This record gives sequence, C-alpha cells and structure tokens, in this order.
Amino acid sequence: MAAYLVSVLNGLAMGSLLFAIALGLSLVFGMMDVLNLAHGAIYLAGAYLAVALLPGDDVGMGTFVLAVLAAAAVGAILGGVLAGLTRATPGHLDQALLTLGVSLVVAELLSVAFGEEVHAIAAPAPFDGGVPVLGETYPAYRLLVIGFGAVLAVAVYLLIERSRFGSLIRATVADRAMVSALGINTGLVLTGVFAAGAALAAAGGVLAGPILGAQPGLDEKVLLLALVVVVIGGLGSVRGALLGAVLIGQVQALGTSLLPEYASFLIFVAMALVLLLRPAGLLPPRTAVRT
Amino acid sequence: MNRAAATRRTTLIAVAVITLLVAAPLALGPYAVTTMTRMLAFAVLVLGVDLLTGITGLPTLGQAAYFGAGAYTAVLVGLHITSDAMAQALAGTAVGLIAAAATGWVAVRARGIVFLMLTLAIGESLHQVAATWPAVGASNGLAGMPPITLFGGPPLLPAGFVYWWVLAAAITVFAAVTLITRSPYGRTLRGVRDNESRMRALGYRPALARYSVFCLAGAIAGAGGALWAAQGRFVSPGDLGFEVAALALLSVVIGGAGSLWGPCLGAALVLLVRDNLSASIGGHGPLVLGLVFVAVVFLLPRGVAGIRHRRESRS
Repeated sequence: MAAYLVSVLNGLAMGSLLFAIALGLSLVFGMMDVLNLAHGAIYLAGAYLAVALLPGDDVGMGTFVLAVLAAAAVGAILGGVLAGLTRATPGHLDQALLTLGVSLVVAELLSVAFGEEVHAIAAPAPFDGGVPVLGETYPAYRLLVIGFGAVLAVAVYLLIERSRFGSLIRATVADRAMVSALGINTGLVLTGVFAAGAALAAAGGVLAGPILGAQPGLDEKVLLLALVVVVIGGLGSVRGALLGAVLIGQVQALGTSLLPEYASFLIFVAMALVLLLRPAGLLPPRTAVRT
Repeated sequence: MNRAAATRRTTLIAVAVITLLVAAPLALGPYAVTTMTRMLAFAVLVLGVDLLTGITGLPTLGQAAYFGAGAYTAVLVGLHITSDAMAQALAGTAVGLIAAAATGWVAVRARGIVFLMLTLAIGESLHQVAATWPAVGASNGLAGMPPITLFGGPPLLPAGFVYWWVLAAAITVFAAVTLITRSPYGRTLRGVRDNESRMRALGYRPALARYSVFCLAGAIAGAGGALWAAQGRFVSPGDLGFEVAALALLSVVIGGAGSLWGPCLGAALVLLVRDNLSASIGGHGPLVLGLVFVAVVFLLPRGVAGIRHRRESRS
C-alpha cells in the first residue's frame, strides 16, 4: 500500500513538472501550428543554469527561487527569439526544421560549457530532507513540486479561463484570422505566449533539477514526454495538457516501479491507445475551428 | 533537348557515377573507404525518408527507429545465427518493415506537422526502449559482431570488400526506389501529396497509400541499418536517436525533397560534417549542423536539387 502511495506521489511530482513544460508547447502549437522542437533544449538550458547558480549541497530557499526566476528570464528571451525567427519563416516544416537547428545549437553549446558528465542539483535547504508518509520516508522536495504544480494549474486556469488576456489566447487558438480582424495584434499575443511557454519550460528545468539532474540527452527525453503529453491531451488545450501530464506522470512512475525496463514502451502504448480511441486527444480545445 | 537525348544523358551520368564509386577503393585509403561506406548506408536511410517526405509529403523524424531496428537485427543475426551479409540485410529489411507496420498506423492518420510530431514520439519511444532493454545491451549497445561473409566465402575483412557489398546493396535500393517513384504507385503517392481529396474522389485510397509507403520506408530504413552494422559491426542506442533522425531529414531538405540523387548527396555532406569535419573543429559537428539547419531554412528553401513539385498546401 505504502509502495503504491509513493509511486502515486512520484507520478504527481512528475506530472506537475510535465504540465509546466508541456503547456507552452501545446499553446504555441495550438495557436500557430509551430512545433517547437527546441522546447527540450530550453528546458535543459534552465537545468544547467541551476547547475551554474546553485553549486554545492547547501542551497538556501532564496537562492533557489532566484535561480528559478533567472531561468524563467533566460527562457523568455530564448522563446522571444524563437518566436521572431519562426514568424519570419513561411511553411510549417521549415519552422520545425528551424527550431530543430536551434535545439542542436543550444544543446551543443551547453555540453561545451558544462561537459558531458551528469550533474546533480541539491534541493533547497528546508526541503532537502524526508517527511514520514504512512510509515515511509518521502522526499519533502517532491511534495513541494506537487504543491507548485497545483498552484500553477490554478493560476493558469484563472489566467486562461477568467481573464481578458486568457480569452484572447483562447480566441487566437480557435481562429487567429478573426481575432486579428477585430483589430488585435495577434503577433504580439503569439510572441508573448511563446516567451511565457519557454519561460515555464526553463523554470521547469530548475525545479526538476533536484529530481532529474542535468546531463546531455535529457532534452530529448523531456521533449518526448512533453510531446506525448500534448498529443494525449489535445493540441492547444490547457486542460488537456494538465490531464495528459498527470496521466503520463502516473504511467511513468508506475512503469518505473513495476517494469523499469519497459517504462518507455508503456508511454508509447498509452499514446497509441489514446490516439486509437480519441484521435484528437482526450480534451481538445472546446472552441477549436480547424482550418 | 528532346526526351531521348535527355534519357541518354541521364544514363551516361549514372554510368559515370557508378564507375567512379566502384573504382574509389582502388585509389583511396582505408579510412576514406570506411567513410564512404558509412555514407552509402546512411544514404539508404535517407532514401526512405525522402520517399515519405519528398514524394508523399509526410515529413518524418521517426525513420531512425527503423534504421536502428535493422541495425540491431543485423548485429543479432551476425552474433547468433550467420555471418552472411545477404541474410543480415534481408533480416534487417524484414524487421524494419514489421516495426514500421506495427507502429506506423498511429502516425499515418495525421498529416503535416502533426505527423512529424507523432513520428518523433514513436521514434524516441523506440530509442528509449533500446536504451533500457537489457536483451539488446541497454545503453552499452551490442558489440563484437563477427565480420560479414558473402556466398559462404571467407570473412570480408578489407574495407574495400565491405564497401563494394554496401555499394551494390545501396545501388539496388536506389534503383528500386527509382522504379517505385516512376510506377503508377509512385504517381498515386505524389497525388496524395498534392491533392488528397481529389485522389479520394477519383477512387484511390489515400489512407492505404500512406500506410503502405510508411511500411516501405521502414523496410528501406531497416536495410540501411543492416548495411550500417555490416560496416561498423557495432550498434548502440545512439544509432536510432533524435540526432540521426534529424540528420536524415536535414539531408533530404539540403538535397531537395522529392529528388532522389539530391538527398543522397545531402547524406554524404551531412555525414562528412558530423564525422570528419567535426574532428578538425574540436568535435563541435552538431553545432555546425544546427547552424546549417537554420541557414538552409532561410537560404535554400528548395534544396540543392531544386524541386518543382512541392506546393504550399496545408495551412
């Protein structure tokens, strides 16, 4: 029983991180059909920033929050540059290739700067111990991440569903031409969402640091998981990204605890199953008008 | 120039290129020959990617998975069953076909950029399986494959003999793909690319065409993987990673999607940058290739070969 609870908690922590990472990918795709293949590289940039800013085992909460904010700023800049580059490129395949090129460059620059070895990142001081959960000791930091995921989900819900900017975003996903005909600069909305999504991915890199560390190749793994989350949840859907992230988090945690060798295979099976039954994803955007 | 003269000129160029390729090991050292062998095997993978991306209009980042499946199969056959190169290549082709058939149905229902996304997800999933499954050596890969033999002869140790075998196989695949693209089936594929609803209205079955060409491309990638293994005699999860898939797509884009010789040239260029030029610039091949990606998008949107067919559809 306790073992299952630990697995469920691990899955929730993973799901929280995946939600933060996949959200930007999903919204950018929903709005302008840009598949941002550099999303994993932006995540990795955040993780390495944590390596650079948080040396040693003794990390205070203040420094950690500062690292998260710094990563978000770096991510926003990278996202803004990517948004500018992709908007200058006609054709969706060319845009995808462009982000692919950027991801190769960023990943290579990071491995030049930080080497090929695996870096561990310490959890911030008040949360680096364990707390008793049903007689098992569970890392307190993962509970913090779960809490962060819950707060993020509520905040994003309020922003997207209850604010004027959120209705703009939803309208741009549904019908971009109509929104721009109403006199709104959709280019600005797109750039903003691109930058915000990239900022979340980079911040996710810092937050995931104490759990996943930082190493070359991690960008691909994270990109794969984020893609699967987006595909399962439905392209361009915030609620879908949340549901997909929680599901994939659980599948990943359960797979790792029961069948460690086939965990990635289970992810594929989950994706195939969802696509077989609901080709548009579990929760596609409600007002989607596909052209 | 009339048609007959054009055909004659094409034949002449083909004969000249093949003669040069066959004669290459007589003039070059073993290192250059090994490099060319790898290029040829990679070009076979790229031909499969081109069949999907250029001919059928389905951009893919998942073909490296079937390339890897073929390479793993060839090494496993070499380790446990026979060192016969032909048997290894056929087994690699078959496994590539089966793997594509088993996973492709998920992807072919999508089009355009969603197809790209799904193939990437499939390819990366298979990559992660290869990297964690102990039966295929997990992250260490499989090493120690004995040298290949042909027709029960002695082991082909000199680089030149392996090169000739890979060259013969690659030419066979190139000829087969050429025949496919010129057949009525190839015209169906181009029709699916250019106007799917009209093809459906004419009574064709685009879904079947897309699925069958995906399986075919998987088989070609599997053959390429087996040839790759015949040269390296080693396979690791890196051989079916994101980078290989990205480089295969880059080769097609550099060479010009839809042409057949262009992407083969692109494959040679890309491998030259990654494996050979890389050493002389401090191992930063991926950096150069990433910049090439960005440059190609802005400067060469139609590739080296130039393409007349691709249309700005779907948007």
